[in-house]
Amino acid sequence: MSIQTSDVLGHFGQYGGRFVPEALIGALDELEAAHNAAKSDPVFQAELAELHRTYTGRPSLITEAKRFAEHAGGARILLKREDLNHTGSHKINNVLGQALLTKKMGKKRIIAETGAGQHGVAAATAAALMGLECVVYMGEEDTRRQSLNVARMKLLGAEVVPVTSGSRTLKDAINEAMRDWVTNVATTHYMLGTVAGPHPFPTLVRDFHKIIGEEAREQVIALTGKLPDAVLACIGGGSNAIGIFHAFIPDTSVRLIGLEAGGDGVETGRHAATITGGSAGVLHGTRSYVLQDANGQTVESHSISAGLDYPGVGPEHAYLHDIGRAEYRAVNDDAAMAAFALLCRTEGIIPAIETAHALAGALVIGNELGPDATLLINLSGRGDKDVQTAAQYFGIPL
Amino acid sequence: MSTPLDTLFERVRSENRAALIAYIPAGFPSQSGCAKAIIALAAAGVDAIEIGYPYSDPVMDGPTIQEAAEISIKGGTNAADVFSALKTATTAGVAAVVMTYWNPIEKYGVDAFAKSIIDNGGSGVITPDLTIEESGRWLEATTKHGINPIYVVAPSTADDRLAQVVSKTGGFVYAASVMGVTGTRTDVSVDASALVARVKNATKLPVSVGLGVSTREQAKQVAAYSDGVIVGSAFIKLLLNAKSEQEGLDAITALAKELALGVREGR
Repeated sequence: MSIQTSDVLGHFGQYGGRFVPEALIGALDELEAAHNAAKSDPVFQAELAELHRTYTGRPSLITEAKRFAEHAGGARILLKREDLNHTGSHKINNVLGQALLTKKMGKKRIIAETGAGQHGVAAATAAALMGLECVVYMGEEDTRRQSLNVARMKLLGAEVVPVTSGSRTLKDAINEAMRDWVTNVATTHYMLGTVAGPHPFPTLVRDFHKIIGEEAREQVIALTGKLPDAVLACIGGGSNAIGIFHAFIPDTSVRLIGLEAGGDGVETGRHAATITGGSAGVLHGTRSYVLQDANGQTVESHSISAGLDYPGVGPEHAYLHDIGRAEYRAVNDDAAMAAFALLCRTEGIIPAIETAHALAGALVIGNELGPDATLLINLSGRGDKDVQTAAQYFGIPL
Repeated sequence: MSTPLDTLFERVRSENRAALIAYIPAGFPSQSGCAKAIIALAAAGVDAIEIGYPYSDPVMDGPTIQEAAEISIKGGTNAADVFSALKTATTAGVAAVVMTYWNPIEKYGVDAFAKSIIDNGGSGVITPDLTIEESGRWLEATTKHGINPIYVVAPSTADDRLAQVVSKTGGFVYAASVMGVTGTRTDVSVDASALVARVKNATKLPVSVGLGVSTREQAKQVAAYSDGVIVGSAFIKLLLNAKSEQEGLDAITALAKELALGVREGR
């Protein structure tokens, strides 16, 4: 099944496309061709499916969260357990696919950007598995906040480059990765970690993650005998959200709801809610919603969750928002942390703080829809990496 | 209709030399310092000036221009300052263009931006991250207002792609000499002359070479096969390292005079 939301130039309505130096066009064309060939190549697909079965741990489980649901108006809450994947999040789906493409293109070196470190760890993992050289760009600020993940990447054989330009966070790590790519494009593949960036990345990364929704749709129907009433996911760049949304796009009875990082509150200006609080613009090679000032300069984002702390968002989400197919709401830091604690204590699952934004959304939407509703939530990652942040937040001495 | 930039390239062609083109970001090292630098460069023999519109996420720029852009943005540089710097350059008697990433143009208003270029005596805009596929509204605006849409091509640009890009280009084709970001280099790669030759096969437009030139000798080498030599980071480094404004102005004046000799020695 193929659900078409973009044109041949990678436009989702007025969004998407390519805004990049001419130097990168050849590499983007090459990647697009490799991706298109892989889509209809049964050998490639079988190889990826086998990796997912024996390495990732797919299909991921559906867990019904009955005790958590008592706090969500009694609605039925189903969790898609991407946190149980190898490396602890949905990110592995994309990196294994892109690593296979890298080998198909005959390239030996990958570069990646990372914020919280989850995509960096996943990229380093795929590189180790396939014998590729791996360099990860990470904002200097983030290398300090997420030192455990820096160590994980190094153990996996990757080189981690702290980025000292600009705001020293994820956005600047992407800038630095793009500078590396412009310089080394003949030998290097840029393993972009989300559904943003120039075409073909938004469609390519989505295609590697849409397995989440395809599995979940079948699992939910098998379990409940019907489609869910709403599908919820947290959204930074938007990869886990598009992954679980995509298979449900034709099911117009199913509400698709993305939960953005509201930080201190959208009204304070200190947030990362790009669709809720941003405007149309171009960032990192694609047109989408952007947090920007009156001159078109990117504004720094703020969130307790490093993985959602990004001033852009994937163009397909911008499009789904504008056509009214998906809705986007902001969840503040405090509401996300309350939902984080609640899932820990009611279900024995420590979620990633990113994911906690979707859980907080479920508490509100469950109450809106009432006890007859079924909510499917993408539990996109586990919270081991966030123990330090959570301990600080809740005043637990370390 | 010819822009001052078109006229400049006709003139240097008749003088059998290359044009010297300098890059400076608006608002750098300060608003008044930028104006003084522009006037100094024009007086020292620079033929054309590119006014940079500093942007928060400059993926094509190396550390030197990033640092200058950051100083400028912190100083609050906006579109009005960019057009004011453009006006300073054109008033000083040189051809002038703006170089900017795409988002500030889109935010300002595509048609309004092109109009402001012509209203301030400017000749065109260099757009390093605008692909021809995304250029529909921009090319309508540049045609309507009679300014040059200047595109950047790279050594990795294939011949068929090159033909498509130069067919949309006006003023000159900006040939990025190496695969990489802006910054001074010891060697301007051999890729540059090969790229210029390929561009000249595809178009009659002048071709200027940027990325890496910092000395009279390099200017001379590049002038041997190109119509324009673009120097940015070398000037910016001098301004960054200067202990006073006057020291900076003296240093860029001295370098511009050297480079102006270089572009006349190539052939």
